[in-house]
Amino acid sequence: MKISDLKLIESLDCLQDEFEDADIAAGYTSDLLSDVMANAEEGAVLVTIQAHKNTVAVCSLAGVGAIVVCNRRPVPDDMLEAAAREGIAVFTTADNQFRTSAMLSQHLAGCPAR
Amino acid sequence: MNGGPKEPLQSSLRVQELIYGLRIGEVMTSKVFAVSRNCTMRDVQTIMKKNSITGLPVVDHKRVVGIVSMNDLMNALEKGGMDDGVAKWMAGEVKTLAEDMPLSFAISAFNKFPYRRFPVVNKKNELVGIITFRNINLALIRELSRQLRAMEHQQENPPEPHSLVLGKVYQIHRYDFENGGKASSEIKQFLKMRGIPAKIVRRVAVASYELEINLVAHSIGGMLAFDINEERVKISAHDRGPGIPDVEQAMAEGFSTASEWIRAQGFGAGMGLPNVKRVADEFAIKSAVGMGTMVQAVIKLQPENTHED
Repeated sequence: MKISDLKLIESLDCLQDEFEDADIAAGYTSDLLSDVMANAEEGAVLVTIQAHKNTVAVCSLAGVGAIVVCNRRPVPDDMLEAAAREGIAVFTTADNQFRTSAMLSQHLAGCPAR
Repeated sequence: MNGGPKEPLQSSLRVQELIYGLRIGEVMTSKVFAVSRNCTMRDVQTIMKKNSITGLPVVDHKRVVGIVSMNDLMNALEKGGMDDGVAKWMAGEVKTLAEDMPLSFAISAFNKFPYRRFPVVNKKNELVGIITFRNINLALIRELSRQLRAMEHQQENPPEPHSLVLGKVYQIHRYDFENGGKASSEIKQFLKMRGIPAKIVRRVAVASYELEINLVAHSIGGMLAFDINEERVKISAHDRGPGIPDVEQAMAEGFSTASEWIRAQGFGAGMGLPNVKRVADEFAIKSAVGMGTMVQAVIKLQPENTHED
């Protein structure tokens, strides 16, 4: 599954679509940036409520290609600008982290619930 | 040299970083005069005069128990106490520095305390030297000329454009989360473009980012320096305060002194230093309250030499 495939998922809205369309290798769910830095896999999608420019910096260093901001937390403009510069996709969703992670994990396994 | 406006700044930062990184033991005067408790002020006067020095540590079995300065000597002279033992006239509370501390701690100590000299002790708390501003100036001049020679050498033999050799220092400001991560990004890019395996680049990025954010979130400001060659990346973070009261505690996962505001930026989970240690092949930390903290992390670039993440 590619990052662009996330755009096809109904519950996700794409806020920043200037990204490098890489394969999504894994997912990681966390709001602590040090934790993301230490544990997120290269090529992962990050599920978080930490909508901040620093999240983009960490994702760029950790090789995370897409961020999903949950609970419709407001996403500041400077975060989107940073993401565009780094080529990281940003999505928003009304769902919480648990639901979003469960949904993405089904997609990653190739059997999304209908 | 392509004489950009940033060139002098970078080299002055490098000199600063180099001298901060020196150990006090490398800079101090190790041929140190000292007196024992039962010497008289007259003995002190003789020693000072003979060796043209202005301060003398007082020791008891190599431990520093006091210090006599020219001032104390003049007081004794005025009050007719030249035949008294030094113990009566010396300053009994002495601030000492450890020989393995970075020189930046000594600079902080000179700024913080009114003293003109600090006795230097070893791990066993024995007197091994004395440090004055003169020692620091000499070290600075030595490093400046060394840096100049290196620059001249570089001018004659410019590095290959894709060379892995890099020395770069970033000045990091307190609470500047806006720019936090910039240095790490630059270094990551530098290594990536030179074909260093992604796993290793990531370990460098983790260590460097955590140290960068530590400087932003916890220090009054400091420097992040990268010294890169074919074999390894050496990252040094220096700051001039406030210093960590309990380093062991700070190294424990989950321990954090971060404020709510810092946490709201997504930091302060208490994983920073443990993360750095985990990804580094070599790790060292030195801290003293009121003087600063120095952290050094080395990551080897040759895959066969590195540990598994």
